[in-house]
Amino acid sequence: MSYLRSNFRHPDAKVNDIGFTKRDYEGALSTLCAGCGHDSISAAIVDSYFEMNIEPHKVAKISGIGCSSKTPTYFLGKAHGFNSVHGRMPSVATGANMANRDLQYIGISGDGDTASIGMGQFAHIVRRNLNIIYIVMNNGCYGLTKGQDSATSDIGSASKKGVPNQFASIDLCQMALQLGAGYVARSFSGDKKQLGPLIKGAIEHKGFAFIDVISPCVTFNNTPSSTKGYEYVRDHLDATGTIDFVPHRQELTIKQPEGTSKEVELHDGSKLILQKNRHDYNLASKREAMNVIETVKEEQQILTGLIYLNEESQDAHAKINSVENPLNSLSKDDLCPGSSVLDALNEGFR
Amino acid sequence: MTNLNNIKATNDFVIRFANINGSGSASANNLFAKSVFRLGIPVSAKNIFPSNIQGLPTWFEVRVSEKGYLGRREGYDFIVATNGQTLVRDYNELSAGGYFFYDSSRLLPETLKRNDITEIGIPLTDICNKHYSDPRLRQIFKNIIYVGALAYLFDMDFTVFEDSIKSQFAKKAKLIEPNIKALKLGYDYAQEHYTDDCQLNIHRRDLVGDKIMMEGNTATGLGAVYAGVTVAGWYPITPSTSVIEAFEMYCRKFRVDEETGKNKFAIVQAEDELAAIGIVIGAAWNGARSFTATSGPGVSLMSEFLGLAYFAEIPAFLVDIQRSGPSTGMPTRTQQSDIFAAAYASHGDTKHVLLFPSNPKECFEMTVQGLDLTERLQTPVIMMSDLDLGMNVHLSDPIDWDDSHAYDRGKVLDYDGLEAKKERWGRYLDVDGDGIPYRTIPGAHPKKGAFFTRGSSHDEYAVYTEDGKVYAEGMQRLLVKWDTAKSIVPQASIKNNNKDIGIVYYGTSSYAAKEADDILKQQNIELDKMRIKAFPFGKEVEDFVNSHSTVFVIEQNRDAQMKSLLVNELQVDPNNFIGILNIDGMPITAQFIADEIRHNLGNNETLKVVK
Repeated sequence: MSYLRSNFRHPDAKVNDIGFTKRDYEGALSTLCAGCGHDSISAAIVDSYFEMNIEPHKVAKISGIGCSSKTPTYFLGKAHGFNSVHGRMPSVATGANMANRDLQYIGISGDGDTASIGMGQFAHIVRRNLNIIYIVMNNGCYGLTKGQDSATSDIGSASKKGVPNQFASIDLCQMALQLGAGYVARSFSGDKKQLGPLIKGAIEHKGFAFIDVISPCVTFNNTPSSTKGYEYVRDHLDATGTIDFVPHRQELTIKQPEGTSKEVELHDGSKLILQKNRHDYNLASKREAMNVIETVKEEQQILTGLIYLNEESQDAHAKINSVENPLNSLSKDDLCPGSSVLDALNEGFR
Repeated sequence: MTNLNNIKATNDFVIRFANINGSGSASANNLFAKSVFRLGIPVSAKNIFPSNIQGLPTWFEVRVSEKGYLGRREGYDFIVATNGQTLVRDYNELSAGGYFFYDSSRLLPETLKRNDITEIGIPLTDICNKHYSDPRLRQIFKNIIYVGALAYLFDMDFTVFEDSIKSQFAKKAKLIEPNIKALKLGYDYAQEHYTDDCQLNIHRRDLVGDKIMMEGNTATGLGAVYAGVTVAGWYPITPSTSVIEAFEMYCRKFRVDEETGKNKFAIVQAEDELAAIGIVIGAAWNGARSFTATSGPGVSLMSEFLGLAYFAEIPAFLVDIQRSGPSTGMPTRTQQSDIFAAAYASHGDTKHVLLFPSNPKECFEMTVQGLDLTERLQTPVIMMSDLDLGMNVHLSDPIDWDDSHAYDRGKVLDYDGLEAKKERWGRYLDVDGDGIPYRTIPGAHPKKGAFFTRGSSHDEYAVYTEDGKVYAEGMQRLLVKWDTAKSIVPQASIKNNNKDIGIVYYGTSSYAAKEADDILKQQNIELDKMRIKAFPFGKEVEDFVNSHSTVFVIEQNRDAQMKSLLVNELQVDPNNFIGILNIDGMPITAQFIADEIRHNLGNNETLKVVK
């Protein structure tokens, strides 16, 4: 277990704008290994939903199978969760989202769950542009079955077993970009300062928001020879720029020297403030985003931060022209044609 | 050519159309079958089509039966042969005394010489070439011309065809006149050249009442609309695709909001069947009625998810339009061979509720019922239709709907339900003793009712556990629910006159089984009858089996799957069963069943044959 949590809560614990304490966004105790990167991501999710003032029960958490897919138990305990079938979270999430467009959806998956067994479903949930946050907790290995290489493991990277991986690695951000995701980001579980704003941006994004979070497996893939270990990742990070999230209505208080930052406005008026660095490119350009990922990769670095953002895309409900009310709220009166049309129907079959 | 033994029949014969797939013959053949129906005579039509879009042979069989027998009948009294690829086969398969109708624009090969049949040559191609210049029209009207010729040869009331054309093209009026002209071309040619040659007649009767002619899949899609399905996930697969097509068609008709033009439904074409059932389960988990339609290969792919829905207790309604397996098998031929695959889909101890419709009206009703059952029982329900029922038009009682029918959404605690609850709620707690716990829908309540749905073992409060005792109790409780299911699924329909021998059948085998019973009755073999409508089996099924020394189970699969299911699930003597099994991909026939039963009775001295 990562940590033991005290039940004590300070009576003056901070509440957010809608009256919930941080505790209301937490879940059960984690049963992952001590130091697991996934627990840091869970913590970032807790903080983000708390700070974004979202009622916990208005979120649905859906996952596949694996270490990553266990984490929805460890955050948002007041929200319904669904630990589904290996690699099939996207289809369950699609059905759930079709049934009720008013909830927020967060899908949690791992690199095995998404890049191998679930590759087909991943590709198609991106294409549908389902309104969901899709987080891959990416550790380059199969933790729950004791450390086999996964499809995101880099060529030459060796886990605890010591055998360098021979096979090409799948870059899920590039795939998401190619398949039409509107929000593509990569982060590192050890960089909460970056991960938090990225999750908040994803919450605000209407449509498919993808975050690939490199999250070292301390037990099986944290060796000096692994490109998904803490040490290697820390030494090779190359961010698109530091990032801050400013909710709408809140006054901009972050002061940046003129010309070094840029603002990206999200659909509800919230803003993402990006510090420019050497990768100053048009975030809405798929081609430029793809180019930067490849360029950084050539330099043996890992590109993190917000990589691509398109606020114009239509989500799945808009594409299929479904009614504004959640489909699961419609009554028999809304749905059943009734006996009055039966005569005409039957007559058509005579 | 004259024949002493020409088949003579009125309103009781079989006609086979031999065509080329993709040549537009299906609509002409349907026009013919519909016209028989409109003359008030029971008729069944079977489209025997290839797994192909264009070019391969396809057949269409129409059985005209004044007595009301709707199953397939072997033997062809009249063949319309328009396909050169199968001409020899068709010629040879015609019954003695039958009529061979062919396109005489080309002479029949000299090798085709039978003196026990009547040849009727009508130069369809030449007539078309003379009257139409557009190659596409020539092809289409060739089919209409032979229908016109049949109208004369069978002495049918021509106005029925004219009326059919008029109603078919009510919205494309300019097509009416050329179609009627084509009908007349055929009619006139036959009248002139074959005035008295055909002894088969179709004469008007008043035997179909208010019945309709409908495909099972159309009825299923309509049923899903009436049942309040809002989410469909699906993947194209013959012969199930037309279920979703019908669902979409009726949704577009009845489910578009008049003010906003927006849809009160979501149809997602998935990337495969795994995703299709995942969508169904996700939507049902989130409180919407959902469904999918598939066939055997899809059921295989859905099996893992079905186990999850069984164990995590999530509603899921799916329709299996069975076709010939295993593997790709004969994808455009019918069978009842997914009984095992569906009943026990998935690993571990799983079993699922099955429904067996026999006609389009039941497809509609069991879809409505299936959606009630899956929510009531919180477990997958699979409706077992097949290609014959799904893709052929069947004479059926009209669709009926009772406006007072309220959807049974099962045991769901909403906000008020959770507020009113005094004791601690447990997602898998059996408080009513029927094995069915109470569920909650995401977003219902800010503080109560949230839980983590999982396919891993869980206690009564949905908390993960590896405690073997807790796991075992949960599994046993699912059997309590299974017992509850027995009392609410449709009961078998039984005709029991205390005979020694019983026959058991289900689904599309019913048509032929009833007719076989009549055939055997004439030979003084009397049988009791049971039509199974659902799995799990109720007490009445066990009682029927145990009250007969011999039980014939009539099925369209090789391994007697329903028989094995009966043996497996009931306290019955396995030695009392005999399987009557047809697996050639064609709908089972009454003659086959009657012959098999008689053969078995004759060869088994231990059987006490009634008289």
